[in-house]
Formats: sequence, C-alpha cells, structure tokens
Amino acid sequence: MSPDSMVRMANQIAAFFKTQPKIDQAQGVADHLSDFWEPRMKAQLVAFVADGGVGLDDLVVEASKRL
Amino acid sequence: MKDFVIPWDGVDGNGIQDDRDMGTPAKSGAPVTLTIDGFEITVPTGTSVMRAAAEAGITVPKLCASDNLEAFGSCRLCAVEIEGRRGMPASCTTPVADGMIVKTQTPKVQKLRKGVMELYISDHPLDCLTCAANGDCELQDMAGVVGLRDVRYEAVETHFATRTASGPNPKYMPKDESNPYFTYEPSKCIACSRCVRACEEVQGTFALTMEGRGFDSRISAGTKLDDFMTSDCVSCGACVQACPTATLQEKSVIDLGTPTKSVVTTCAYCGVGCSFKAEMNGDTLVRMVPYKNGKANRGHSCVKGRFAYGYANHSDRILSPMIRDTIEEPWREVSWDEALGFAANKMRGLQETYGQKSIGVITSSRCTNEETYLVQKLARAVFGNNNTDTCARVCHSPTGYGLGQTFGTSAGTQDFDSVEHSDVVIVIGANPTDGHPVFASRLKKRLRQGAKLIVIDPRRIDLVKSPHVEAAHHLPLRPGTNVAVVTAIAHVIVTEGLMNEDYIRTRCDWDEFLDYATFVSDAKNSPEATALLTGVNAQELRAAARLFATGGNGAIYYGLGVTEHSQGSTTVMGIANLAMLTGNIGRKGVGVNPLRGQNNVQGACDMGSFPHELPGYRHVKNTDARDVFESLWGVTIDPEAGLRIPNMLDAAVDGTFKGLYCQGEDILQSDPDTKHVAAGLAAMECVIVHDLFLNETANYAHVFLPGSTFLEKDGTFTNAERRINRVRKVMAPRNGYGDWEVTQMLANAMGAGWTYTHPSEIMDEIAATTPSFADVTYQLLEDKGSVQWPCNAEHPDGMPLMHVDGFMRGKGRLMITEYIATDERTGPRFPLLLTTGRILSQYNVGAQTRRTENVAWHGEDVLEVHPHDAEVRGISDGDWVRLTSRAGETSLRVTLTDRVSTGVVYTTFHHPDTQANVITTDYSDWATNCPEYKVTAVQVSLSNGPSEWQEAYASQAAQSRRITPAAE
Ligand code: SF4
Ligand code: SF4
Ligand code: SF4
Ligand code: FES
Repeated sequence: MSPDSMVRMANQIAAFFKTQPKIDQAQGVADHLSDFWEPRMKAQLVAFVADGGVGLDDLVVEASKRL
Repeated sequence: MKDFVIPWDGVDGNGIQDDRDMGTPAKSGAPVTLTIDGFEITVPTGTSVMRAAAEAGITVPKLCASDNLEAFGSCRLCAVEIEGRRGMPASCTTPVADGMIVKTQTPKVQKLRKGVMELYISDHPLDCLTCAANGDCELQDMAGVVGLRDVRYEAVETHFATRTASGPNPKYMPKDESNPYFTYEPSKCIACSRCVRACEEVQGTFALTMEGRGFDSRISAGTKLDDFMTSDCVSCGACVQACPTATLQEKSVIDLGTPTKSVVTTCAYCGVGCSFKAEMNGDTLVRMVPYKNGKANRGHSCVKGRFAYGYANHSDRILSPMIRDTIEEPWREVSWDEALGFAANKMRGLQETYGQKSIGVITSSRCTNEETYLVQKLARAVFGNNNTDTCARVCHSPTGYGLGQTFGTSAGTQDFDSVEHSDVVIVIGANPTDGHPVFASRLKKRLRQGAKLIVIDPRRIDLVKSPHVEAAHHLPLRPGTNVAVVTAIAHVIVTEGLMNEDYIRTRCDWDEFLDYATFVSDAKNSPEATALLTGVNAQELRAAARLFATGGNGAIYYGLGVTEHSQGSTTVMGIANLAMLTGNIGRKGVGVNPLRGQNNVQGACDMGSFPHELPGYRHVKNTDARDVFESLWGVTIDPEAGLRIPNMLDAAVDGTFKGLYCQGEDILQSDPDTKHVAAGLAAMECVIVHDLFLNETANYAHVFLPGSTFLEKDGTFTNAERRINRVRKVMAPRNGYGDWEVTQMLANAMGAGWTYTHPSEIMDEIAATTPSFADVTYQLLEDKGSVQWPCNAEHPDGMPLMHVDGFMRGKGRLMITEYIATDERTGPRFPLLLTTGRILSQYNVGAQTRRTENVAWHGEDVLEVHPHDAEVRGISDGDWVRLTSRAGETSLRVTLTDRVSTGVVYTTFHHPDTQANVITTDYSDWATNCPEYKVTAVQVSLSNGPSEWQEAYASQAAQSRRITPAAE
C-alpha cells in the first residue's frame, strides 16, 4: 500500500470516530483497524508511526499504539 | 400465451406449483358463498364470478381476461347465466354475491359464445398448422371449447390477406419485426387489449394504445409513425405473455417451436431475483417466462431476464481449460487435469516461497450460494488464510457495515410485496427503472394508486417523471453530499418535532437519541446552511422531510449512489437513522431496503465472502464461530482479517500477494482505477480466472477455467429481500462441470479431499454451520418455493419482515453522521463531477448482455453532459470527447441532456472499450474500502477518437487473447 493511501485511509477512519460522542475515540479507531485491516497493513502502519508518522491524524497515532 | 398446465405440472424437481390463470386478480374481503353449476364455493368479497368458478375447478371460456390484469369485459366470451338476473353478464366483470346461483354452461350462453367466436374467426387467417402459437393459442382453445364448427360470416374485408380480388389489400398490415426478441403481427390481433393493459398495469410503461374502431381496432406501439423499437417500449415482455394469440410472439418460439417441458429457476441478473419458468424442447431453451408464483416478481420480468440469455451459446464462450506460463504467451488448451494440476502447483509453490498469506480468492455475486461458500472455504480451509473477498466489496459493503452498526443485521428489512403498503417512498442513489426494473414496476403501480415519491439523486432519473408517475420532490444533490442531505432531512424532522417519540423511546437507545438530536439540531445541519454545498433547494428539502415524516408508511430504497462514496457507510447509517426517527421499521410498507446490484450480492455476503467474516456475519476473531468450522473442517482458521480486494492489489504491487483465484468476476473492468488494478494483476505470478468468457481480467491470467451458466447447474441465489430462490439445472454444462465442481476439483488438486456430489450437500453444510440458515434444505425450498432468511427453529417459515418486535441487536442505535467532504474535489483542471450508473438493457460489465441482442438498445457507453457545460466547451450532441481525471483518460461519445445538472456528467460502465473505470480513482469508503465510483473530478474536451490508452489497451487485450488449440 502506498504510504499516501494508507495515511488517507487511516485518517478517514479517525475522522469518523472523532465525530462519535461519549466513546474512547482512539479505541474506536484501534478496534476498527484490528477488525478490518489485515496484519500486513497494520504492521505497515505501526512501522510508519515509528518512522514519525508524517501526515497521520493524532488519533491514528494513538490508536496504532493499541494495536 | 396460455398456461401450460399439463403434461409436466407436478413432475418432481421442476419446482412448478399450481400457476393456472384464474381469470381475474385475487381479492381479500369477507367470505361470500355462492353456487356455481351446483357446487357451493366460498370466496372473498369482490372476487369475480369467473375467479370463483376457477376456484371451484370450473373453467369459464375467456379471451380478454387474465388474472394479472383488472377485468375489462370486452370479448363477451365469458358470459354466464345468473338466477334472477336478466341477460348474460360477463363473469369476469361481475362480482360474486351471497347466495348467487350461477350457471356457466347453458344452451343460451353456448350460442352466444359460438357467435362471438365466429366473428373473431371471420377476420383471422386460419393458418393454425403453421402458426407459431399452434398449441399455445387461447383463440384456438376457445374455438374448441365453445364447439365452433362452421363460420357463417363470409368475410368481405380482412386484415390478413395481402391481396384482394381487385389488387393489393389496403387493410393488410405487415408484421413489425423491429424488436429483436418478439414480433407483432397485426393481422392476428383480436383487439382484446390484454397487451395494452399489461403494459399499463403490470409494467407501467404505457407504450401501447388501441388504435382504430370496431373491425379496424389494432394495437399500436407509440404513435402511428413508430414501430416497437422507436416507441417507449422497454421490451419487458409483459404484453407478449399477455397476448392470447400469435400476434405478439417470441422470435425464439417462431424459430424453435413451442416448448414441451418447463422448469422453475431464478434470473441470474439483478438483485430483484425474479423467478422464471425455463421452457424447453429437450435440452434447448425455447423461452424464459416469468413465473407467477415467484414471490419477488409475481409473474413479471424485464428485458434481461426474459430475453437476454443468448450469451450461454455465444461463440465467445470458452469451453476448454487453458494455461500459460506468462501473459505474453498465447493460451494453450489443455485437459482439466493438466490445468488444475498446473494451478494447484503454482499456488502451493507461491505459498512455499512467499508465505501462506500470499494467495487469495475473489468470490462472485453472480455465482450461487453454494459456489460462493466453497470458494471462501477454499481460502479458509485449503489456503489457510482469510484472503477472500467478493465484488460486494465494491457495491454494498457499506450496507453491511452501516446496517450492522445501527440495526444489528446487514440486510434489507422488508420483502418486495411490502411496497404495496407504502405511502411515501424515498428512492435515494438508485435508478430502479434501469437497475431493478421489476421492483420499479411494482413501485410505480403503488405510486399510481396514490403513494408519494421523493427522489434524491443528482440525475433526473425516469421515476422523477414518467407516464402517470411524478415524484412529489426531486432533490438533485451534488455528487458526494448524501450525508449532508440525509442529515438535513433529520434536522427538519427533529427541529420541527415530527419524530415518532414513542417508537424511539421503546425501540431505540434514548440517550443515544438525545446526543443525536443535539447533533442534527445544530444550525449547521439545517437545509438552509447545507444548500450551498449540496445544491438542494432548502424549501424543497423541508417539504420532502415533512412528507416523509407525516405521510404514513414511509419506506426507503437505496442503491449504489449511496454506498459508493467515501462516506458510503455513514450515509447508510443516516438512512437507518431516518427510518428509526420516524418509526418506519418493523411492519409492512416501511423499512430500509438496499437494492442489490447483482443477483447474489446478498448471498455472497451471507456466505462469508468477506475477509473478516465467517458465513452468517461472524467475525473471524470470535473463537466460538471459528470453532464451528474448525471442528467440521479439521483445520485451524486464522483469527485475523484477510485482505480486501483493493488491499490484495496493493499487496500485489508491494510484492507480498502473488496468486489469485477469481471466480465469475471481472475486476479489471469493474473495479476503480483500472491502471492500478492492471498493475496489481500484472505483479501476480498466478492468476486463475474462472469464467464464461475471456474477460478483461483474463488478459492478465495464467489459468483459465471455463465456467457454467445458471442454466447448467443447481444451486440457490439470495435476492435483495433475503429470499433464497432455487436455481435449477435445465441442461448439461457445456464446459463439462458446474462451477461448484470446478472449485472442488481445484481444492482437491491442492489436497483438500472434498466429496460433495450435489449442491444440496453444500447447502446442508451451510445450514449446519450458520444459524440463520439452520432450517434451509433443498426439500424445504421444493415445498415452499422460496424462503427469506433467517430460517431456523425460531422462524421455520423464514422472516418476510425484520425487526418487528425489536432490533436484532436489541435497541436500535441512532448514530451521529457528520458530513465530511471527500478528498476528491473539483478545481481548475478538473471542474466537473463524473458520476456513473447503469442502463436497463445492460448488466454490470456487460460480459453477458453485450453478447445478446440487447446491444440493440445500448451499443456503447455515452457521456451525458448538460447543454450549458457542453456549449462553453464547444461540444455538440454526438461528438467524441475526451474525459480526463487525475487517474486517467478515455474517449467516448456525448449526448446533451438536462437530466444532469450543470457541473455534473454521467456515464455507464458496460463496455470495456470505453472503460469508465480508467477515470475513477482509488478513493474509497472510510469503513469498508468500497470505492468511490460516484464522484470523480473530471474535465471534458473535444477529441477525435480513442485515447492512446484505449488503443494500447485494445492491442494488449488482443495479444493476450490468442489461443493455441490443443493438438488433436
Ligand atoms: S414489451 Fe413491455 S414495455 Fe414493451 S409494449 Fe410490451 S408490455 Fe409495454
Ligand atoms: S396484440 Fe394480442 S393481446 Fe394485444 S390486443 Fe391483439 S390479440 Fe390482444
Ligand atoms: S434482471 Fe432483475 S428485474 Fe430483470 S428479470 Fe432479472 S431479476 Fe428480474
Ligand atoms: S373474458 Fe370476460 S369479457 Fe372477455
């Protein structure tokens, strides 16, 4: 997956959960990622965050720590 | 056409249950008892004497009546005598009354009937022996029934003789053969007007009228200058089916003769899932006739299911397996053993080199449940991974997610009959008259009875205004703003206090409602605030919202114009919110109804095709769900989700995904951003395409396994109303094997050891593992005709309406649906928005319908452009234009129309040489990766022919399709 499309997809998920009230939004993103992203994609995300995670929404960065 | 009752009715396994023509429609009123020919019979009030007689097993002669049409009373053949009444009333138009005493056969009525028949016959060319309807003609039958023995009238003038004594017959009317599938032979018309009424009442197109008077009466399609093809006729076949004579006759019957046996099966095209009788001569299919007991279609059809089956015998069909080492080589025809061995070795080799997760499958929404189940089982049990996805990914995956989150099940809530009880219908992001024609006919019938319609679509679809149907409101939104519009409707409902508070309090989570109410009430969600963005007039939107909330039973039908967006899942939630807010879930006439694109989209989702879900929508992370399959299959199932189609392609480009088994799908044509798909396929080392034709994806394939058509195998399809319908084998597979057998052979070549001998055994395994299918068996389907899941101990007859006493998940969940603009934006380079759709005569990528006479209606994809947008670009109607987006460019012809608003252009994606998907981007739904087909920023400019890309593509395709036949 190109980093651009990974960043966009992850940020899109975060954008939705940011609008949801009264939940742990980072957990919402983390759960969504772990339900629907294949391990390769999750690993790529985690590695990308470790590399600085440029362009990623903070919520994604937080969620990636809970994967 | 008459009903063939004998000789095959009741033959085991053909699926036919009593489908006699009862003469007039069924009624539902208080019981009334009368006596007919000495037999007492009780029927509902409002029933005709004719139908009451039929219920008692007495057939009254008739010509102008048919039980799918309101009685008309024109032929007088059905006269009867009723004690205490004068004259001989027509039994088809006379309602029953308590204590009535009817005689259907007296010397007086017999004489009258003979007289009627004599008149008909005097202007009829008595060429019965060579007539296409010989043996299938109600006029013939009635002549026999009334005992017609001679004709006393000497016809002075006729319409059938080409010449009279004095020269050419001025009254002679030639045949109209313009329609590719049926002929109109006016000289045989008896002016019963069944066809006219069928076109009006059943189809709702109003293409036919009765012209002329008395002796000269004949039907006419369109105006005097029209023939069937130039008229408004949509070739649904309802008139042909209604015609009692050979006047309207299928060309296939003219060519092949009348059929001698008949088997009930299910249309393999759209998600309506119409039932048909496949009428056969030996193993030759003579015609497909819509089956009256089919609960989705109630005896109606559209041009695709009725006529477009010729692809099964098209010369392009591939019947031998083929392999090649690289896609630059020509194909080599080989034996099944060799092809399967080659495929199995390659796939196993790839797993050894690149890991267990380096290969996967794509199941098809066009294949049966049984086939789909096997393909996902192949991935999970034989490949040992969850890399299974389906083309439902690219159409209705947001439905699964959105309805799952809000209601707890990912399926439509109603049956199609429900629309007969609706008072207000919202159609959003769907074009039923083209995409789901039989449902559209049923909807239009309800609209003609007074129900109100709200259309939310960027285009002025046919439903907005067509004969005798007009939408109360059309909200022509800018593509990509569904969420804003749906939320604005909720804003009006909540701020004006129009919600159904009782319903929300009892059925939904009240706290969630309060949060939701606060959110939607925010002024930024008002129609006035969003109008600039959505382009929808605020007053019109308010009026629509009020109508939906207060107009009685409100139903929402939606299609891919909802799902195929970056916020597709959010819009589905928004739609569910609207239904819950207004209390429109859980009874007849209401509900949330996804119109599924392909025949078995619902089934493909149910059968565990998605990479995160086992059959029955159970996430692979759930140990108890995995246990069921692990103990039955004796394997370990991966608890992590697998790759979705776009992820497979990404992983292929990255070099970690190397092998694909693709059954019945053409991802190269149907998936967005063609160049990316092609790059993904090209990066794989083993692509196995299992299909009828060398489709576009096969240009990149190494193994081709020939597929079978729906006529050649047993199985089931599940339509948009969750209805499990049987598909019955009516002829042997031309390629040698049903698709389920091919998958089994591939699995076994990889060491699986499967031993299914019939698809019913696969269904038994589905039932044993999937709670919502627990009671489904082929025997049950034989007995009941069809059943809507869930079908289990709790719901032995299935479930026509869902969420009746509460939601599947417990409390319904109102969810906040904030509008978030897609990243796909117009700008100076790409100032227009492209949206895509389909057309009545073609289906999906067109692989089937392009190989039928349906091309007469749609031979190429054209681009709809608003005249204003065209003018500023110097484009005129019919010009070739170049359509460019940041993803690619293609060329096609233009048609100017104000159906699209300024700023919006529209095209279909049925033809590979246009390839609309070169233009579409890789943007997708946030939750499911369903591609954003419906919004692409584009530019349109004059061009003089195909683009370089199109030329390169065409030559690669030609190169790739070369075949070296097997040595004899
Ligand atoms: S084929 Fe259908 S649309 Fe055409 S005239 Fe007959 S009933 Fe009407
Ligand atoms: S075409 Fe057939 S159905 Fe129509 S009026 Fe003539 S005989 Fe009747
Ligand atoms: S394409 Fe759809 S509407 Fe047409 S006959 Fe087939 S199932 Fe019915
Ligand atoms: S069938 Fe009753 S009048 Fe024709």
